[in-house]
Amino acid sequence: MAAAADEASRPFAGLSDVSISEDIPVEGDISVPVGPSTRRRNDDEFSTLDEPVRETILRDLRAVGKKFIHVLYPKRSSALLRDWDLWGPLLLCVTLALLLQGGAADSDYQGGPQFAEVFVIVWFGSIIITLNSKLLGGTISFFQSLCVLGYCIMPLTAAMAVCRIVLVAGSGTVSFAVRLVVVTASFGWSTFASTAFLADSQPANRKALVVYPVFLFYFVIGWMVLTFSPSQ
Amino acid sequence: MSAGSGNRNTNTEPWGSFDDNLVQGGGSAVIDMENMDDTSGSSFEDMGEMHQRMKEEEEVTEEAAATEDDNAEDGEFLGMKGLKGQLGRQVADEVWQAGKRQASRAFNLYANIDILRPYFDVEPVQVRSRLMESMIPVRMINFPQKIAGELYGPLMLVFTLVAILLHGMKTSDTVIREGTLMGTAIGTCFGYWLGVSSFIYFLAYLVNAQITMMQMLSLLGYGLFGHCVVLFVTYNIHFHFLFYVLWLLCGGLSTLRMVAALLSRTVGQTPRLLLCGTLSVLHMLFLLYLHFAYHKIVEGLLDSLEGPNMAPMQRVARDVPELTLNASMRSLGPLLRAQ
Repeated sequence: MAAAADEASRPFAGLSDVSISEDIPVEGDISVPVGPSTRRRNDDEFSTLDEPVRETILRDLRAVGKKFIHVLYPKRSSALLRDWDLWGPLLLCVTLALLLQGGAADSDYQGGPQFAEVFVIVWFGSIIITLNSKLLGGTISFFQSLCVLGYCIMPLTAAMAVCRIVLVAGSGTVSFAVRLVVVTASFGWSTFASTAFLADSQPANRKALVVYPVFLFYFVIGWMVLTFSPSQ
Repeated sequence: MSAGSGNRNTNTEPWGSFDDNLVQGGGSAVIDMENMDDTSGSSFEDMGEMHQRMKEEEEVTEEAAATEDDNAEDGEFLGMKGLKGQLGRQVADEVWQAGKRQASRAFNLYANIDILRPYFDVEPVQVRSRLMESMIPVRMINFPQKIAGELYGPLMLVFTLVAILLHGMKTSDTVIREGTLMGTAIGTCFGYWLGVSSFIYFLAYLVNAQITMMQMLSLLGYGLFGHCVVLFVTYNIHFHFLFYVLWLLCGGLSTLRMVAALLSRTVGQTPRLLLCGTLSVLHMLFLLYLHFAYHKIVEGLLDSLEGPNMAPMQRVARDVPELTLNASMRSLGPLLRAQ
């Protein structure tokens, strides 16, 4: 048995020999590029592993902000489509839902839009529009379309903020008129902007069919914004 | 040693060998070393640890082997273990397969979107003309009428109906317990569209009418155009008279159109009566239901009935005085009113 144990250790005998012996000096180029920042400037593909977190977040936020500008000034650029992200839509959706939340604060009245309702309308609505555009033969990818539709809620979110401010001032006929104008304008803006981005990917003769669900989608959201009234 | 002990313990059953390898350190150690990942075992500490573990394992095995040698039911015992291992592997395999199948199905759902594409192959002009035609009954019942099997128009009409219904619910301050307005609206509209289509299709199948499921979905979907128009008008303009006129006019026309299309594709008096009667009753009553279930005036009426001067309990059997429950209610009534 003792002999067997000795034998068993043999597989590892070779391993112990691997250890570096003293007589052979270690050779080779082991210098690490110490100043990666200087070299990185030249390369296009750079590593984001060793940059501060703040920089990463700021870069992403800047990208989101750039896309906001694209929505506000919808010239037919492909930046919104090329590098899509879902951070902006999430941000807008949550903001809109939070702004709409106050109406349903009291438990007795259920007519106000709830947080989950807004969330579901926005996401499922965009998914359905996207599927519809795919079915109609659009050449846009699934998440590109989601990104565009999500970013184009921004005018309506802005209108919601304006509505809350107007509602603080008072809720008479004048206030309703102001809200109506603001919401209508932002609804038109949203529809126009999303069509500008999405229409190019569709066959020319079917644009109307793609625009209709988009119109309905923003109309429902706009109508929710317009009919919002905070609880007393 | 490894060969010796391995031989000793290897039993005759072919499925025992897997367990043998696991239990025995001597035989398996070499194999493990060969199969080991280069990256995982690169550091010497790991090697040392591994070595030690192997040694311990071997000792245990040897002891076990020594005792098992004397054991009479040695092979049987190991056989049991092998069976267990195989069973476990089989279960794990099945679970893995099921998971893979589900994942691939979810993926295929997106890939299979192409299956639906023919039903969305329409032009705006076609949709417009079909919307118009949905309100124009054709008096041709000798020859089967043409019904386009298309889903874009019906789907959009159902979504429009959902939006209109949502609007009606919001303006009527409908309160829905255990659910959201959105879910109720979607459930009602899609439930009606899919449910009634399948039901009528089933009936049509029974009476041997010539219609496919797609045609039925398309027919009923375009039939909802009248509903959309009527509800959109009457949720905003609250005249009962106007509603009844529109109900008969728009709802009636779209129903007539569907009935005419079905008539032309059915043979025989009783089947026609059964099919068309069911469809028209369901379609007209659905419009009535949608209007009155979520309407402002009705809600207002209920509000005035349930005014503050009424007792909060409305459904107590007041006409049966000998009920003890009622007596207790009567005594409670003033109390509640006092509050």
